[in-house]
Amino acid sequence: MDILSLFIIVPLLTVVALLFAKNLSSARITAMIGGLIQLGMAINLVFAYFDERAVNDAIMLFIRDEVWFKDFNIHYSIGVDGISVALLLLTALVVLAGVFISWKMKELPKEFFISLIILSTGVYGFFISLDLFTLFVFFEIAVIPMYLLIGIWGSGPKEYSAMKLTLMLMGASAILLVGILGIYFNSGADGGALTFNILEIAKVNIPLEAQKLFFPLTFIGFAVIGALFPFHTWSPDGHASAPTAVSMLHAGVLMKLGGYGVFRVAMYLLPEGTLHWSWFFIILAAFGVIYGAFAAIKQTDLKYINAYSSVSHLGLVLFALLMLNKTAWNGAILQSLSHGFMTALFFALIGMIYGRTHTRDVTKLGGLLKVIPFISATYVIAGLASLGLPGFSGFVAEMNIFVGAFQHPDLFYRIATIVAVSAIVVTAVYILRVVGIMLMGPVKNEAFLSLEKVTWYEKTGIVLMLVPIIGIGVAPLWLSEMIMESIQPFIQGVL
Amino acid sequence: MDIYNFLVLRQEISLLILVLLLIIVEIFTPKNRKSIVVHLAILLFGIHTLAGFYPIEDADLFGGMFRNNSLIHFFKNILNLGVFIILLQAADWIRERVIDLNRGTEFFILLFSSLLGLYFMISSGDFLMFYLGLELSTLPLAALAAYETSKIKSSEAGIKLILSSALASGITLFGITLLYATSGSIYFEVIQELITATDLTVLGMVLFFAGLGFKISLVPFHFWTADVYEGAPVSIASYLSVISKGAAVFILMILLFTVLKPLIDLWENMIYILAILTMFTGNLFALRQQNMKRFLAFSSIAQAGFILLGLITGTQLGTATIVYFVLIYIFSNLAAFGVVQAISLQTGKENMKDYEGLYRTNPKLSLVMMLGLFSLAGIPPIAGFFGKFFLFTAAASKGYYFLVFLAVVNVTISLYYYLLVIRAMFLRTSDTAIPYFRNKNYMRLGLIITVIGILLLGLYSPIYDYIYSLSSTFN
Repeated sequence: MDILSLFIIVPLLTVVALLFAKNLSSARITAMIGGLIQLGMAINLVFAYFDERAVNDAIMLFIRDEVWFKDFNIHYSIGVDGISVALLLLTALVVLAGVFISWKMKELPKEFFISLIILSTGVYGFFISLDLFTLFVFFEIAVIPMYLLIGIWGSGPKEYSAMKLTLMLMGASAILLVGILGIYFNSGADGGALTFNILEIAKVNIPLEAQKLFFPLTFIGFAVIGALFPFHTWSPDGHASAPTAVSMLHAGVLMKLGGYGVFRVAMYLLPEGTLHWSWFFIILAAFGVIYGAFAAIKQTDLKYINAYSSVSHLGLVLFALLMLNKTAWNGAILQSLSHGFMTALFFALIGMIYGRTHTRDVTKLGGLLKVIPFISATYVIAGLASLGLPGFSGFVAEMNIFVGAFQHPDLFYRIATIVAVSAIVVTAVYILRVVGIMLMGPVKNEAFLSLEKVTWYEKTGIVLMLVPIIGIGVAPLWLSEMIMESIQPFIQGVL
Repeated sequence: MDIYNFLVLRQEISLLILVLLLIIVEIFTPKNRKSIVVHLAILLFGIHTLAGFYPIEDADLFGGMFRNNSLIHFFKNILNLGVFIILLQAADWIRERVIDLNRGTEFFILLFSSLLGLYFMISSGDFLMFYLGLELSTLPLAALAAYETSKIKSSEAGIKLILSSALASGITLFGITLLYATSGSIYFEVIQELITATDLTVLGMVLFFAGLGFKISLVPFHFWTADVYEGAPVSIASYLSVISKGAAVFILMILLFTVLKPLIDLWENMIYILAILTMFTGNLFALRQQNMKRFLAFSSIAQAGFILLGLITGTQLGTATIVYFVLIYIFSNLAAFGVVQAISLQTGKENMKDYEGLYRTNPKLSLVMMLGLFSLAGIPPIAGFFGKFFLFTAAASKGYYFLVFLAVVNVTISLYYYLLVIRAMFLRTSDTAIPYFRNKNYMRLGLIITVIGILLLGLYSPIYDYIYSLSSTFN
């Protein structure tokens, strides 16, 4: 068994084990053990990757290739580069934290953890796939459990949100399917056999007309899940209705599929299409960045604030990817990781606050720092990381993005960059506003004085997210190095 | 002609013997022991299904009227498998509701006769055999649709089916006549040589197509579908939606890909438009259905629209993807129909609203339903996804990207209404939820087989490879 297939097999075994779980405590222990093993595998993979990279300079490492449907040339083909390794680590951390945060899941606990782990299987599979077909399969596997997760365990208008989210994401994946078929049938343009293999297609010169036609389909197909404006509307509703752990996974991991897919499939395989269309999507992305930030200012529901903040931050990822240079790309991937940890942490904290005070309305909260200091202090840290304070992961990412973006001499890029940069100021406004109203000042409600202290499993969940945020902020070099090496082939391919 | 040549007809002969045997058994069993017929019929048909997997050599009989090759043989096995599952799912219904009316055996006799008709239809080498098969398969179905004579809706279904299918087969016959008039032959191989695109041939083709379109329930020949499905017994609705539709798709494919191949420029356009119409009509009408049988009726119309995406290609890839899709579709649809059948038998409830809270009371049944619906919707890694993806690939291989785009829009629409059922079962809770019940063994076996099929057919790729290797026959 190779080191990567384990990322699919271990979660599946966890699901099988969960089928035999009798009650909440056995279900959560099983899920936790599964999560711990996955995290162990992910950390092991990081070290294995560095060892292998030292002796092997192929684009993808740990490649394994098995024929699946031979008439279509569909393979089960997996492999990783530094970018996927980093994202796998992110996923493993968020999943484990999600299990801890759901420690007291009362309703149908077994089914909850099963859905959660099936979702994570889809995400793992997506990040290690080198074949467009399997990539697509895992993409949909990652999306569909969201319907049940939000619909059954959610709150508020959960049926509406679940349906909206599922239909928009599956609709996007349907469009993506057309794009993938288009790429597939043009992959023989240089006279070779038709193939779904990403590395093979990257070597083919797909005709310009086909690139122009299929780039927008592929790009939008992925970008919807990356909350590209104006296709982001599923995200705030979905976040608001989802249970805590699902919000974490959703914002922390699932939305990263968008940026990753855009980078690895749309831009890498259709470079001329990218050049042709980038202006259009830059406008959308830049507008999304500023729009998300302003929308967050107007919200009073904590989850909506962070949902719109995600739209803004992930808009920045797409923006940076479209800037087409090494520094910006490095920033985009760092931003994906940093946003993953940060938002997951935010949603975990919001879940804890809501679980204690039974409200997510900022205006009804106040003085929480005095009554639940651990949660509140962590919220401040997450907030500071989110607005890009040096020393946290957000700063490293945004710094890279803007330095990279500003390297373009072209006026259009300059203006777009300035628009996107200005969102940082707005971000500071909505973060500090929440911190000010919710955490500082006098305690608004007497009932808040007797709030439950933070429990050990909540602390564990928080620490799992907090360590990487500070870790990336203080020592970003090892990660940067891993990413930069992996960006190299893309630079040769796309630019 | 050697007597051994008749062994090519093994499948047909064995089914015919089965029918005759059942008649004899019916005569000699006392009235209070009739349920033995049910066990016997299922057992014998099971043996027939298993025996069917023994290969049969390619051959033509009766001067080319009847032909057999490995793909046709394989398709007959698919039909057998589907009918076997239907029998398992229907067994309890027959034992509890039909036997007392002293009409248990006729159910099997009529059903097997219809299947026999389908055998002849897909094996036909000329239009005469084709038409005989078509009629033999349709007439018993009208009787079966009206099987629950005590229900007005069931009688209505029978009448509707017989009237509209009589009209459809009349139109088919007219089409055949015109094709005969222009080419001077009813043999497929001769017509294929002689056919040219004159006005009369085109008219003949269109009329002929309309007749088969009725059986596949393509829009605009679909009006009977929902009413008949709703009124007919569940097992007959499932037979109509998978077996009779599957066989009609198969023979239509053979005819288009061989006999009418010279006219491909014409029928391509025809199918293009019908595919769009069928997908959109089926899906949009399914959105508002409350009765589960009507719901599945429109869903099956929409699925027929997807099949046309493979039909439009006229290539080996098209053949393989269609046969593969039909195989998967049989399992997925029978999973959904099986659950509807089980619930309908236990409680008499058939509305989507009655399914609310089903997961909390009957989790296994809900999971089977979920698998079936997800497979119909095309969610990976369940088989239906592979079936659809390959059909779309087939259409895209001929450059029909816009059609594929419309199809994926339809997949998204269809996902909405499939999720409505999931929503009722899993998301909602209800005080009046259907209480827990245990299915009898036949029904359980019927559902388990479908689940295994749904889970394995997609992931296990040699099945597709095998179908693809068979598909070279007609191209």
